Formats: sequence, structure tokens, C-alpha cells
Amino acid sequence: MEKSIAQQIYKKMYAIRVFEEKVEVLFAKGELPGFVHLYIGQEACAVGVCANLSPEDYITSTHRGHGHCIAKGGRLDRMMAELFAKKTGYNHGKGGSMHLAASEIGILGANGVTAGGVPVAVGAALSSKIQNQGRVAVAFMGDGSTNQGTFHESVNLAAAFKLPVVFAVENNQFGVGTRFCTISNEPDIAKRAAGYNIPGVIVDGMDVVAVYQEAKKAIEYAKAGNGPTILEMKTWRYRMHFQGEPATYRNDIEETEWIKKDPLEIAKTKLKSMGLLDNAMIVDIEESVQKKLDEAVEFARNSPDPMPEDALTDLFA
Amino acid sequence: MRKISYSEAIAEAQLQEMQRDEKVILMGLVQKDPYGSAFGQTKGISSVIGEDRIFDMPISEQGYVGAALGAAITGMRPVVELQFQDFITIAMDQIVQQAANMRYMFGGQIKIPLVLRAPTGAYLAAAAQHSHMLESWFAHIPGLKVVLPSDAADAKGLLASAIREDNFVLYFEHKKLYDKKMDVPKEPYTIPIGKAAIKRVGKDITIVAWSFMVSKAIEASQILEKQGISCEVIDLRTVSPLDEEAILKSVAKTNRLLVVQEGYWNSSVATSVSALVAEKGFDYLDAPITLITAKEVPIPFAPVLENYVLPQTNNIVETAQKILNKI
Ligand SMILES: Cc1ncc(C[n+]2csc(CCOP(=O)(O)OP(=O)(O)O)c2C)c(N)n1
Repeated sequence: MEKSIAQQIYKKMYAIRVFEEKVEVLFAKGELPGFVHLYIGQEACAVGVCANLSPEDYITSTHRGHGHCIAKGGRLDRMMAELFAKKTGYNHGKGGSMHLAASEIGILGANGVTAGGVPVAVGAALSSKIQNQGRVAVAFMGDGSTNQGTFHESVNLAAAFKLPVVFAVENNQFGVGTRFCTISNEPDIAKRAAGYNIPGVIVDGMDVVAVYQEAKKAIEYAKAGNGPTILEMKTWRYRMHFQGEPATYRNDIEETEWIKKDPLEIAKTKLKSMGLLDNAMIVDIEESVQKKLDEAVEFARNSPDPMPEDALTDLFA
Repeated sequence: MRKISYSEAIAEAQLQEMQRDEKVILMGLVQKDPYGSAFGQTKGISSVIGEDRIFDMPISEQGYVGAALGAAITGMRPVVELQFQDFITIAMDQIVQQAANMRYMFGGQIKIPLVLRAPTGAYLAAAAQHSHMLESWFAHIPGLKVVLPSDAADAKGLLASAIREDNFVLYFEHKKLYDKKMDVPKEPYTIPIGKAAIKRVGKDITIVAWSFMVSKAIEASQILEKQGISCEVIDLRTVSPLDEEAILKSVAKTNRLLVVQEGYWNSSVATSVSALVAEKGFDYLDAPITLITAKEVPIPFAPVLENYVLPQTNNIVETAQKILNKI
């Protein structure tokens, strides 16, 4: 890994963490309307994968999408403005947290429908293939998404046509309050790849270096015309399903075990031991991100609301 | 009488029906305690009934709605839940092609004692994919009954009827109503499907509404009353089949009709109500029929946009004043 990539990786992971911590506070204070699903704990997944992508490559994201957006190059100010429902947000206040989209950098939308973005990524890959663009599409999804019919349909289609797509499954082991192993007879989702005759890889989703390396292989494999991979990242969300969720359903022991594997700590330790990051760089990165985040919140707060009549624009081209 | 919320009333109806009839089963996401469904609509049930008749499903709407249909035609009485009504699009084949057609297409061989419950509606800054009001889609399809309770007492009685009914009933709960408390009888009772209710008696204008719009219509009526306008609020309760008689009777009395619908105008329940009165009650009318509906765009996230798109109490007040030539 190059030094610049390592620094970018830590910067993005740190940005996701502090962005989400800020959102948590703002949401609790009632400054943000609607619902938010926080990405804290899963930073290594989005960042490890997206560190291999260029701005032209595509991603589709989920309801838990802030992390994917930052990892793919989304601007904190325009993201924050969208969460504040302001006109300057990425979606001009029409989408909100669950629908962040930035097509100019290949973000084909977060999604409120579980697995809704998966076939869309397949279509983006098809389009790239037809137009000889050499782009890859990554469909991010949670473990819960993989029990939708569209998951099967999408993987089968992509495999049959050897499309340049990666099915990036973040297996945090819960869909809302339902433990994956209670609604699926096989806990390893990547094993399904055998049925499609494509590669299926399981990686430690808390370890950004491991994710980066496995995603690199899958993306190169796809770009070389070999077709899709199911990349399963075992991970854990550190917050409840959505902010304000009342129920508790995870046990404290497993919670403590996973929190010990904090992806930011692992990233720092690993990247330092590889000689790619040092304490001074870390301080610099954290300060610059913090500054950008403060500016983003200011920008969002000071931005205008949309005008009511703006509701009637953007429906048709 | 004790006051309970709309979501508690829904849970109570299901619990009591499960105690009454062991064929009643629940299927959906996070149904068991401690979760008890996304808005608490099944809270407390698994703790009382046990876990043999209540199933937490994978996120596979087409699969588990279809499975509920299969169970319904083979001896069970399933109540199947979607976490949001919006995700009904995924289960559409099983609902519209399979369930709605099945009994008729099979020449009446089978019964379909199936209820599909789902939270519907907007006004929560939940954006386009979590705010739909799709009852009109289903009202369009023969073979489906479509019920939308507007308060806790109706929620309980209508759900009990739906569960006891030998036909497929779609039962849509409004998210804005879950917390609303009122007096609800503790013992089981039923409210007939297919019958509207007069929620407020009046003489100058009939306001037809259902689901959350009933609260808005009543709010508006209270304001209008102070201005000397007396509104009759008809809560459809069931949008398919329509209670034609209740609508026509009220319009015959007031001679004016305003329909308030949270969903869109085109091809909707509101346009059907309007067509009904135009066809069968034209002679009663002293003013053009008026419809208040959502503006024809997806539901936007920002509250300023969302409020602009959706019907508001003041729209009802102003429209009623206009119909009565009071402004
Ligand atoms: C089709 C559909 N069904 C149900 C939901 C409600 N819902 C939102 S997120 C979620 C859980 C998703 O679990 P998973 O895919 O594992 O992602 P995670 O929340 O763990 O990140 C559910 C059931 C939805 N958004 N879409």
C-alpha cells in the first residue's frame, strides 16, 4: 500500500467516525428531521473498499449510508446540509439521510429499501461494460439484504454476464433486532458464491488493511472482465439500528468483545506498524478533519431552507 | 374505561384473537418481544402466547407474504406484517396476482383468511421511500378488502373483524396515529368491514376522509364550527368496498362534498368517491365536489417541502369556506 493511500484511509475512517458522532448529538438535540442510521463501527468496510475506487467507479449504498458517501469522496458540508434538510444539501433537501446521492462522484444513492440498490449496481456495471468504460460498480448492502429475492437475481445476472460488480456485504449480524443466524441457515453469506460459480471471500470487516486487500482483488478481477465477487465483511454496528430505537436485543458480552476491535484503533496500529502512518500524521489528519466537520455544520446551519414551491421541481427531466 | 394507544389497541386485538383461535399466527419482521414490531404493534404477544405462533421473518417480503398466503389457504389464519407499507411493492406479485385472484380463479374452491398489516403515511420527514399512501392501488383490484382505521378504538374492532373474516384484508395503520390514546373497551369486539362511520354530525358540508385525514377533518371542523359552518365528517374506515350508502346519505343531507385524501389525486379513492356522488347523487349537490389531495410528487424529506405537498388543516378550512361562499 502506498503512504498516500494509507493516509487517505485513516482520514476517511476518522471523518466517518466524527461525522457520525456529530450527527448523533445533532439528532438528539432535534436539529435534524427524520431518521438516522449511524455507521459507527463499520468504518473499515466502506473505506477499505472505496480506497480502491476512482471517482468514475460506482457505488450503491443503503439506509446506513453516510459512511459509504464519505468513503467515496462525498463532501461533509453538502452531506450535513442534506441532513439538515437544506437547499444546499446533495439532494436539495428532497432526500435526507437515507437517500444521499452524488452522481458526479459515482454515488448512485443511498437507499431506503433493503437490497433496493443491488440490481442498480448490476445495471451500472452492465452500462460500463457496454460502453467499454472500465468502471466497476460496488453494491454495498447489509446481511439483511441478502435474503431479498433481488440479491439472488442480481448475483445470478452479474455472474451470467460476467459483469464488473462487487457485492460488498457488511455482515454486522443483525437486521434491526433479528440475529442473522435465526433467519438464515448458513451464517456465512460468501459461501453462497459457490452456487453462482463466482468467488466468495470472507474478511475481517474491522480490519481496514484486510478489507482493502481483498476488495482490491475483487475489483481487479471484475475490471479484468472475470465477473463479480461476493465480498463478505464481518463487522458490528456500534449504535442501535436507528437513533432513538428503544429495544435492546444484543448481549453485553458480545458488545464488549466487538468494541474492543475498534476499527480505528486497528487501522492506526496496523498502518503504523507497516510504516505508513505516524503519530504526527495522525494529529494532522484529525485536526484537519475536525476543522472540515465544524465548517460543515456551520455551512449546514447557515444554509437556506428550500422554498415550498421547490417541492414541485426535479420530477421529470 | 382505560385509555390505550392505537398501537396498543392493535397488539391487543391480535393477542385476543390468538387466544380465541389457535389458528391465528403472526408473521413479520421483529414481531417477538422485546421488540414487538417496529411501532410496538405486537408488543407483549410472544410473552403471553409463547413463540410457537409468532415468527420473526427474514427481510424477504415477497417470500413471507406468499408463505402467509399459502398458510392461509391450508388451515391457518395468518396476520402478516410489512414493516412499512412502502415495501408492499416487493410483495406485489403474491398480493395482486396470487392472493387477489386465487379464490375466483379457482372457481371458489378455497378461502383466504389472511390479513396483511402495514404502517402507512407521511408527515414524518421520512422521505419518499417511507411515506407512501397506497390504499388506492389496492382499492382498484377486485378480490381485496382495504381497511384503514383512524383511531385506537376503530383499530381494535376493525382488526378483530379482519382476522375473523374468511377473505384477504389489507389493514393499513397510519404512523402518525400510533401514539394517540383514547378509551378502548378491554373485552374483544368487532367493527364491520365495509361500513363507514359518522365521526362528527353536521349539516352544511360532508367531509369524507379516512386514516390520518379524519383527525385533520375533525380539527378543521372544530375551527369551522366557530365560524358557523357545521361539518359532517364521514370516516370511510374501509376504502374497498366503499360504503356508498353512507356517503350518499350524508351528501343528501348537506348537499356539499369535500373529500380529503393524503394520497395523490389521479386514479384514487377520492376520485372514486367523487365519481360515485356525481353518478348517483348529482341531484343532491348545491356546489361542485372538491377534492384535497397530495400534490403529485414523491414525498420530499425537508419538512417545509413535505408540508407544502401534503394536505393541511388550513387547506380544509379554506376550501370548506370557499365551497360555502364564506370567503
Ligand atoms: C424492503 C425493506 N424491508 C424492510 C425495511 C426496514 N428496514 C430498514 S433497515 C432494515 C434492516 C436491514 O438490515 P441489514 O441489511 O443487515 O443492514 P443493517 O441495518 O444491519 O446495516 C430493515 C428491516 C426496509 N428498509 N426495506
